[in-house]
Amino acid sequence: MRIELSPEQERNQVEFRLFTKEHIAPHATAHDTTQRVSAELVKRLVAARYLGSFLPKSVGGLGLDMISYGLLHEEIGKACSSLRCLLTVHDMVALAVYKWGSDRLRAKWLSRLARGEVLGAFAVSEPNAGSDVNGVETTAVLSDQTYVLNGSKKWITFGQIADVYLLLAKSEGKATTLLVEKDSPGLSVRPLKGMLGMRGSMLAELVLEDCLVPRANLVGREGFGVSSVAFTALGLGRYTIAWGSLAIAQACLEACLRYASTHKQFGAPLRDHQLIQRMISEMIANTAAARLLCYEAGYLKETNDPREILQTFVAKYFASTIAMKAATDAVQIHGANGCSSDYPVERYFRDAKIMEIIEGSSQIQEITIAKLGFQEHARNVLEEETLYRENAVSA
Amino acid sequence: MDDTKGKIRTFFSRFFRTSELKDADDIFALGFVNSLFAMQLVTWLEKEFLFTINDEDLDIQNFNSIEAISGFIGRKTSTAVEV
Repeated sequence: MRIELSPEQERNQVEFRLFTKEHIAPHATAHDTTQRVSAELVKRLVAARYLGSFLPKSVGGLGLDMISYGLLHEEIGKACSSLRCLLTVHDMVALAVYKWGSDRLRAKWLSRLARGEVLGAFAVSEPNAGSDVNGVETTAVLSDQTYVLNGSKKWITFGQIADVYLLLAKSEGKATTLLVEKDSPGLSVRPLKGMLGMRGSMLAELVLEDCLVPRANLVGREGFGVSSVAFTALGLGRYTIAWGSLAIAQACLEACLRYASTHKQFGAPLRDHQLIQRMISEMIANTAAARLLCYEAGYLKETNDPREILQTFVAKYFASTIAMKAATDAVQIHGANGCSSDYPVERYFRDAKIMEIIEGSSQIQEITIAKLGFQEHARNVLEEETLYRENAVSA
Repeated sequence: MDDTKGKIRTFFSRFFRTSELKDADDIFALGFVNSLFAMQLVTWLEKEFLFTINDEDLDIQNFNSIEAISGFIGRKTSTAVEV
């Protein structure tokens, strides 16, 4: 077993870090306060090919391996969680089209999504349906070759600037996903502001009033909207949220190491106080553990191992939990300064809370991880029984 | 084919009791299928039998029993060989 980055992954990490330092970090506070990201910066992301970067080169992506892809989320996420979220939602749409789109849909959208020429957003959440994706109330009624959509979607990340939405609705009671273009008749987009964290993520509410969508925009088949299309997209989204959470924890750690080295209380640097050391020790240990979980999930994803599903749930659950802990302690270590926008940890604190909610709340993760754990146990028992029988026969 | 059915049965046994399950029993009608199971089934089939499942394959008839899945695997792998 070797747990280390390959030379190519190291080169990618350096590239992502330099890009972030030069182009993103200087604007992170402004994204938070103005509750938007600049169009110029989005153009830079597109030019760097960081949108759709995980897709194969054959369809226009960068062909990043899953570890490099995670590193991209970590580097950007350390500076600005709001902007990092654009990569998550856009890539979820790109993956859904890549995996489940018809030939016609892929021909129309995939190359443009892979190159970031159009921006995608994932439109599932509704006022009465968050973690319960099967509970969506938006309806899609097929009339001739057109779906007529009615309902609303809420808290749609980067919904304000997306060109196309991957939208989940019910068609004759069956979960159905459709690509909905922003200029579809009957669709209106309303900006949402005043969120607790990730305030630059340009959330929107989508209102669908007899919104007309061509039947050809169906992604997958009717009835497979959740089990195949949305879950495929959410699997990738969950992976990126794990890395984004790790990024927040790492940013908190680095901020605390700086602050505790330069600020004094009772005549001694904070770093010399044992209770400060305890919080920093926990931050170091938890961040290292989260990183290993992210690596493992990435490795399993890269090798298309079915165990990646459980491991991604675990990585997201753990990383988001420890990000919140790290951010809470970071504010504590910074004291009054930590409660001020003069220091970034108050932003990390607000952003970390969002990570415990999006792409499946921590409570949903707890239920799912336990369920998958029992499955793993059943598999292990079966394998042991088989091994025992085989050994008994050969003896 | 029997080996394929055996592999499917073993995979199923991680999720529900299979001792009474017949090859033709509809696992959807029996209430054994949820979204998580469906996602794991797709990932497992692609990894185990080395083919890609796409939108054209999304038909309940391909996945609703051991027999159906076995037939689906046979069609997909023969297509893969032809290509």
